[in-house]
Amino acid sequence: MTNLALSLLIGVLTGAGVYLVLRAQTFPVVLGLTLMSYGVNLFLFTMGRLQTAAPAVIGAVENPTDPLPQALVLTAIVIAFAMTAFVIVLALKARAALGNDHVDGMHIPQADRVLDRKEEPRA
Amino acid sequence: MQAIELLAIVVLLPFFAAPLAAWSARFNRYAAAWVAGGATLVALALFAWLVYGHIDLMPVATSHAWIEAAGLSFGFRLDGLSMMFTGLILVIGLLIVIYARYYLSPGDSMGRFFAYLLMFMGAMLGVVLSENLINLVIFWELTSLASFLLISYWQHRKEARYGARLALAITGAGGLALLGGVLILGHIVGSYELTDVLAAGELIKNHDLYAPALILILLGVFTKSAQFPFHFWLPNAMAAPTPVSAYLHSATMVKAGIFLLARFFPALAGTDLWVIIVSSAGLATFLLGAYTALFRHDLKGLLAYSTISHLGLITLLFGFGTQLAAVAGIFHILNHATFKASLFMVAGIVDHETGTRDMRRLGGLIRFMPHTAALGMIAAMAMAGVPLFNGFLSKEMFFTESVRVAGSMGPVWLLPLLVSLGGLLSVAYSLRFVHDTFFGRPDGDLPKKPHEPPGMMKRPVDLLVVLCLAVGILPALVIGPLLHIAVTGVLQTEPPYYSLSLWHGFNIPLLMSAVALAGGVALYLMRRPIFRWHALSLAHLDARVVYNRLMELLMRTGAGVTAMVDTGRLGRIVLFTLAFAFGAGILGYLLPLGLEPVRNAVERGATPDNGDWVTWLGIGLIILAAMVTTVWHRQRLFALITMSVVGLGVAMIFARFSAPDLAMTQLSVEVVTMILLLLALFYLPQQSRKLSTPARRWRDAGIATAIGGGISALTYAIISRPFESISGYFLDQSVPGGGGTNVVNVILVDFRGYDTFGEITVLALAGLGIFAMLKGLSLPASKRDPFGRTWTEDPHPLMLRTFTQILLPLTLLFGVYVFLRGHNEPGGGFIAGLIVASALVAQYMANGIETAERKLHLPIHGILGAGLLIALGTGLASMGFGVPFLTSAMAHFSLPLIGEIHLASAIAFDLGVFLVVVGSTMLILLNLGRLTDHAVEHPDYSAIETSPAPRSTRRGNDA
Repeated sequence: MTNLALSLLIGVLTGAGVYLVLRAQTFPVVLGLTLMSYGVNLFLFTMGRLQTAAPAVIGAVENPTDPLPQALVLTAIVIAFAMTAFVIVLALKARAALGNDHVDGMHIPQADRVLDRKEEPRA
Repeated sequence: MQAIELLAIVVLLPFFAAPLAAWSARFNRYAAAWVAGGATLVALALFAWLVYGHIDLMPVATSHAWIEAAGLSFGFRLDGLSMMFTGLILVIGLLIVIYARYYLSPGDSMGRFFAYLLMFMGAMLGVVLSENLINLVIFWELTSLASFLLISYWQHRKEARYGARLALAITGAGGLALLGGVLILGHIVGSYELTDVLAAGELIKNHDLYAPALILILLGVFTKSAQFPFHFWLPNAMAAPTPVSAYLHSATMVKAGIFLLARFFPALAGTDLWVIIVSSAGLATFLLGAYTALFRHDLKGLLAYSTISHLGLITLLFGFGTQLAAVAGIFHILNHATFKASLFMVAGIVDHETGTRDMRRLGGLIRFMPHTAALGMIAAMAMAGVPLFNGFLSKEMFFTESVRVAGSMGPVWLLPLLVSLGGLLSVAYSLRFVHDTFFGRPDGDLPKKPHEPPGMMKRPVDLLVVLCLAVGILPALVIGPLLHIAVTGVLQTEPPYYSLSLWHGFNIPLLMSAVALAGGVALYLMRRPIFRWHALSLAHLDARVVYNRLMELLMRTGAGVTAMVDTGRLGRIVLFTLAFAFGAGILGYLLPLGLEPVRNAVERGATPDNGDWVTWLGIGLIILAAMVTTVWHRQRLFALITMSVVGLGVAMIFARFSAPDLAMTQLSVEVVTMILLLLALFYLPQQSRKLSTPARRWRDAGIATAIGGGISALTYAIISRPFESISGYFLDQSVPGGGGTNVVNVILVDFRGYDTFGEITVLALAGLGIFAMLKGLSLPASKRDPFGRTWTEDPHPLMLRTFTQILLPLTLLFGVYVFLRGHNEPGGGFIAGLIVASALVAQYMANGIETAERKLHLPIHGILGAGLLIALGTGLASMGFGVPFLTSAMAHFSLPLIGEIHLASAIAFDLGVFLVVVGSTMLILLNLGRLTDHAVEHPDYSAIETSPAPRSTRRGNDA
């Protein structure tokens, strides 16, 4: 049952992340990325299978758990933090420059018109 | 160390001197020339000494393993061929440096010029001296890059930029082909070392992959040496300063391709395929270049096409595939380098002193600059192949060889006729070069009053011209020994008999020479009608048109594909990515092997599943929190809090399933992430607006459910099946190899230390990137919370200040403890770094950034840099002991009072990790927090949150 529950959790985290990443404003997207990275980290972690009370410390237990996924996930957690920070600051910068927090930035109607005129001959 | 190892110095010296030249120019613009000249001279002296010591031992090669798994080694080879080319590159390079010192005008940056020139020289030396083929290709690409910089030296000129791009595109593409060919060659022979490849000629020629290898290598050769149909980049490269043209197109760049033909001659030459491809490309280039050269009005244009033509001639000689032809080819390489470098320099002098290179305007210069005119005439006569000049000898050998092999290539008269025609044309354009420039009279006034150039500008040409004459008159004495060594290096055996004398009696080659000379003069005399005819007909043909069309097509296709995928809508791109991932997943299930294990896993159900209801309840709570976050995400603060519940839950899961390190990391990351997002939220709207329609939300929910469901199924399928882990090695080796009992930490700092080094670098870069983005940023922020209440008047409450002050030493101590135990017990640099960072951030929050900075004096950038340097230094230190990067060393000793200490060098690396984590976390959070000091309150806060744009003006429909 624990396997099933954990699989479900990973699915929910990923799904929630996907839904939020598809939103149109920056903050929900960052939330979504964070949730998704929880899901991904857990996914990687479970690849070493689930064992209780068996930390990968030599001499502590008879049959320690798989340390490799843990090492990979450990750096992934820290990198995910750096990525979140970078994205959210990028969002702030975009808001300062464009005046809104839409993921596609501001579309100034004038600029759109210039773009359309340029594209006319091809259409 | 053997003396021959110093060959590496010869190659690397110019690379080291390049930045020095650039730097020295800041103090004195001529210092750069002195550095360049000095470096060349030192390299030349060292090389001469090496040659002197190894003259009887050649070929000698050295090799050091670099990336053994890829067959890559760092090694150099000294034999006749590499000796001849190295000599050419260095000697002509030195002359060019002297010439350029006087050629460049005060407006040109000397430092940049000589730095590029030195880089180019180093790259060329690397090409000709490499023992390993991949090594050779790397230097080959470097010559392309350096020549790009040189050709575009006058960056403000459009044609310089175009010419440089063209050269880079053509030679760069050829370089890729060459790499492919070399890889195949290495596969055939089983080694990338030249010694092995050259000895395996028979094996290569009889191998199934011979044809593709040959064609790819020849693509590299033809593009570099400007062979038809890739010749058109060379005339455009004439936009470079003349010293560059003189260097690139006489002794170096374009000769690199020819060098490769000579280098691979024993391994690849002699087959029908070789003869057909190489000789036809060579012949076509020879004739086309000679023809076009005649009609160029620009001095350098004429020389460019004549270079193409002579390269074709040499290629044709190698294409014959006989040993004697190779001898003639090598001889002509030497001769061409001397007379062509002189001619380019003469053209440069003319340009420099008159202000134009147009032969229609020039004329009669012999009255103003007799010395230069004499130099130009001698070099041009060598180019035309007039007896007593060096060009005559190699051209005679060329004619002889073409008569010899004529029988095997079409009708016996065809080849001699065609090569005589080429010779005739080259006489005509040589004559034009001399006559139109130095004789007759100028057309109107010249831009400058012509006079002789500074003496030192002529010295390099003097020397080369004397060589042209000396070789032409006393070949056996002057060039005989060098040629013998060079030819031996090419053929890798004792060369066949050849004669270097001037007179071989009356024979067909002599007749051909006579015809070429007389015909060339005649052609020049009746040039006017021919020029008119050319201007009306063939002048409009230009290979660049085809190239430009191709490039335009490529660009347009690229832009079309990009426009199709990237509409500037993030949602759409994300959707594509997700759809692709989902599709790939489904495909994985559906493939014959995919579905079976899934079904098996589901049928087997919960294998030994040691469940307990507390865990299930916990997991259920996290699921609930994730759901709530998603559904109520529009209330941002609320969603953030529920999301932190998820994060904490994940940490609990790590703790529950035997991952104490992960639990601690997740827990501390959670703290800093929340601070980060709360800070960011301060500058963002507190609520998200409903921007998407219900239908769209349901569609997104559907996608999310499908992907989530897929991930669940995948996870379950995997984790309910037994598996084999590769971790046994790490568990076994952790204590004896890594000196620590906490295997997770040992993997991080030891087994996979290099990965970790990359990761902390990324972390540092992210921190610096954020620092750069936030610099000078000012954001509007609200003075009210989401419910309309103003923020508190007291930003730094006393209680918080007092408590954080008490907590600081405790938390720091705990951080140190976690760090020190990390190698043997759960903990380590990452976790300790996060703990210390959150303790410090708490100080800043409680006291305000300025107060805290006054108190703490933390050099954050310094911490970050020190961390990276320590991590790097630990790795390099192990290299100092002759073991690979980041190998651990251990020591076991006891200290009074403290007791037994077991120390692994990995702890120094972990210290680097620790510092980088502290540094980048602080850098990110502090700079974000500092923004609050500059935050301006916008009078009408809600007015900024305008809708992105009226829907009607946007194509497509996005969230």
